[in-house]
Amino acid sequence: MKETEVNELAFLAKTGNGASGKQSWAEDVRIAAVKPMVERTTVRWRLAVTVLTLVVLAGIGAWMYQLAHGLGSAGYNDQAFWAVYIVDVIAFIGVSYGGAVISAILRLTGQSWRAPLTRLAEGTALVTVIIGALFIFPHLGRPERFWEILVYVNTSSPLFWDFMAIGTYILATLVFFYLPLIPDLAIVNGMLGRSRHPVRYKIFKALSLGWLGNERQRRVLHGAMSLVALIIIPLAVSVHSVLSWAFATTSRPGWAETIFPPYFVIAALYSGTALVIVVASAFRKGYHLERFITKRHFVRLGYVMAALGLVYAYLTLADLLSEGYTGITSGWISQTVSGRYAIPFWFYVLAGEVLPIAIVAIKRTRNIAGLTVASIGVVISLWIKRLVIVLPAATQPLIGSHWGTYHFTWVSITITLAGVAAIPLGLMLLFRFVPLLSIDEMEEVGELGSTEQVSEHTVAAQELLLVGAGASSDVGNGNGHGSTNGHRIHATQSEVKQ
Amino acid sequence: MRKLSRNRQASDELSLIPQESCAVSQQGQNCPITPAAPVGEAAGDDEKEFSRRRFLTMLGAAAGAAAAIGSGIELLSYRAYAQSMSMTSKGGVPDTNNWSGDSGMTGSGAADMASTLAPPTHQWAMVIDLRNCNGCQSCTAACQKAHYLTPDQTWIKVFALTNSVGQTYHMPRPCMQCENPPCLHVCPVHATFRQDQGVVLVNQDRCIGCRMCMAACPYEARYFNWNSNVKYPPLPVQATPEFPVPQREGTVGKCTFCVGNLNHGLLSECAAGCAMGAIYNGDLKTDVGVNSMGTTIKMSTFLYDNDAVTFKPEQNTHPRVWYILGHGQSLSTDTASAS
Repeated sequence: MKETEVNELAFLAKTGNGASGKQSWAEDVRIAAVKPMVERTTVRWRLAVTVLTLVVLAGIGAWMYQLAHGLGSAGYNDQAFWAVYIVDVIAFIGVSYGGAVISAILRLTGQSWRAPLTRLAEGTALVTVIIGALFIFPHLGRPERFWEILVYVNTSSPLFWDFMAIGTYILATLVFFYLPLIPDLAIVNGMLGRSRHPVRYKIFKALSLGWLGNERQRRVLHGAMSLVALIIIPLAVSVHSVLSWAFATTSRPGWAETIFPPYFVIAALYSGTALVIVVASAFRKGYHLERFITKRHFVRLGYVMAALGLVYAYLTLADLLSEGYTGITSGWISQTVSGRYAIPFWFYVLAGEVLPIAIVAIKRTRNIAGLTVASIGVVISLWIKRLVIVLPAATQPLIGSHWGTYHFTWVSITITLAGVAAIPLGLMLLFRFVPLLSIDEMEEVGELGSTEQVSEHTVAAQELLLVGAGASSDVGNGNGHGSTNGHRIHATQSEVKQ
Repeated sequence: MRKLSRNRQASDELSLIPQESCAVSQQGQNCPITPAAPVGEAAGDDEKEFSRRRFLTMLGAAAGAAAAIGSGIELLSYRAYAQSMSMTSKGGVPDTNNWSGDSGMTGSGAADMASTLAPPTHQWAMVIDLRNCNGCQSCTAACQKAHYLTPDQTWIKVFALTNSVGQTYHMPRPCMQCENPPCLHVCPVHATFRQDQGVVLVNQDRCIGCRMCMAACPYEARYFNWNSNVKYPPLPVQATPEFPVPQREGTVGKCTFCVGNLNHGLLSECAAGCAMGAIYNGDLKTDVGVNSMGTTIKMSTFLYDNDAVTFKPEQNTHPRVWYILGHGQSLSTDTASAS
């Protein structure tokens, strides 16, 4: 970024009001949020986008190959009839769920420290849910007939429920992303003006719905955001419950389990929280957000993640123990724990449970680097865990004793990697068009929402409260939810005193 | 059909197509056409069993039935009819009174509409006598040849299984043509349907290839067309659900009971191909079954006398394929064990 541009941006950011102490903070927020939209892209950025685009294009090419040669080219066969692509659907929609629910819960419980993270979390939710939904197409043998689901509706099919649930959830995610964006669009237009980019100005003007930031508008917006946050949590629960019913409504041992809906929901939350940490870590570094996203955020998210990891470990144990104990239909369990799926399963146990929880538990490793490593381990091993849920039950013999085998091929691997690459690519492109930080929300919460330090014991207690009861020790008044004029800095002061 | 000349001869002597008068006489109220009931189901049980079908039907019924009746779309009555067929049989015991189309059609408003259709003249079934099966897999070969299947696609598959005393026995497994087919319930686009003769078929021009039916089938009876490089010779007829050849790549296929053969008075390919006569094509409505040896059985008596069982009755699918348990022991003696 050239020096002149920085100065210009800093000047443009000087539109706030209030005391001089906060002024520089608000300016910094605005500059950091808007900088990726207006500055010339760096060589590194362009290189990254090029590489990621190539990976995505390779995936599309592999899909074309698969369309021409049949699903068999992706390693499928009649016993491994469901494999990688449905795992991708579950895993990608799962991580999306994390972003949305984390953001929604933090909003509803008035966690002021959420402010620098919400836009990233909601953007991640939006990008990943779209990628996850797109993985349905390589999963289908006849993707060009997908429209038939809407025309020849069979309401008793779990896949129709899936279709409805995912469709509704995508809409809700879009709304959830858009609502907090409304003030920011107006702020950006106020900063940058019409002349710089008339088309964007027009679009933002239309989308910001005449936002002025007056009290009534704030009240309406906060009401709407609370409502959507309230809706999106049960909606996300329903999406993953319904996804699990695509398995649990069959009669296959290993899938026909009453535990499946919460099992899938917690897995989604767990991996989603981990992905939020990974994204926050990457963007903090790449977009220089160190001042806003601090170790405190990572530690708190790390506690949430560890708590969810423990719940998921408990559900895994509960799933395996009851059926494995009787041994009636437990062929898939012995194959999972000690047979052909033992290596991926124990990889999950190590990299998906033991390691991340240990990293969070040990003080020395409870830092940004450690939590990033832990989260990458969780995201990868939760993908593998889904594969270990899908494959043993699919390939098990329902008659006789011949186990089926799934072979990875370059086609399925390339398409999956394309989905992985599409997450950073989608986010990098997204924040070329919309502000990277939730400017208005951060200004409401104020500087302390981002930088205040609290002892980690307090944090741990807060997280337990947050996860356990949805309650919060953050008093304040819901960070400006219905709060009145002026600067909403007081929301976090009770925290600071600790 | 393709093998008309070969099978025509067989059918002439077997007379699979029954006389209608015979059918009526056998379906008197006192005629106990009750093959061995599957585990745990009482024939006269008036308690509504909590089946998945019933549960899901309840869920969708309000909107679906209201729309169907309100708009009076005649096409829907076909489905309603097919559903009424499976709902009228309780506990896996065939109730042939309802198959006559006279008394079983008045159960619900949806079923009333079905009266616009002529009642079916057959209800196809199958009996596999494991006492006569030596596991030669000629049924599989005949099926694969007739339907141009790949070696993996064993629409009728012969499993070599071990019984409780360590004895190997062979069990051919076609599609069970369930009266309560899980594959049908889970199909998101109604590509799987159950026609009025009780045969579950796949419309491969509709199937989107989601493979939910493969997940739902407890019998592993469904096979996907994974590859696009399967070569078919020029065929004189177009593919239909009854005879899905050539199969569509990216869709699911399965045993069709060779219902086209049956309606032309021919045996299914597997039954015709079984040199041991272990496979009987049967018609529940006329209560007649025939195998490739020319043995004609009275279905109800044969199933009752030989303690016939259905496969996985606990799945609540009500198969239309019955097994006579055994391990090929009849092959050394006279095979005419039919009553």
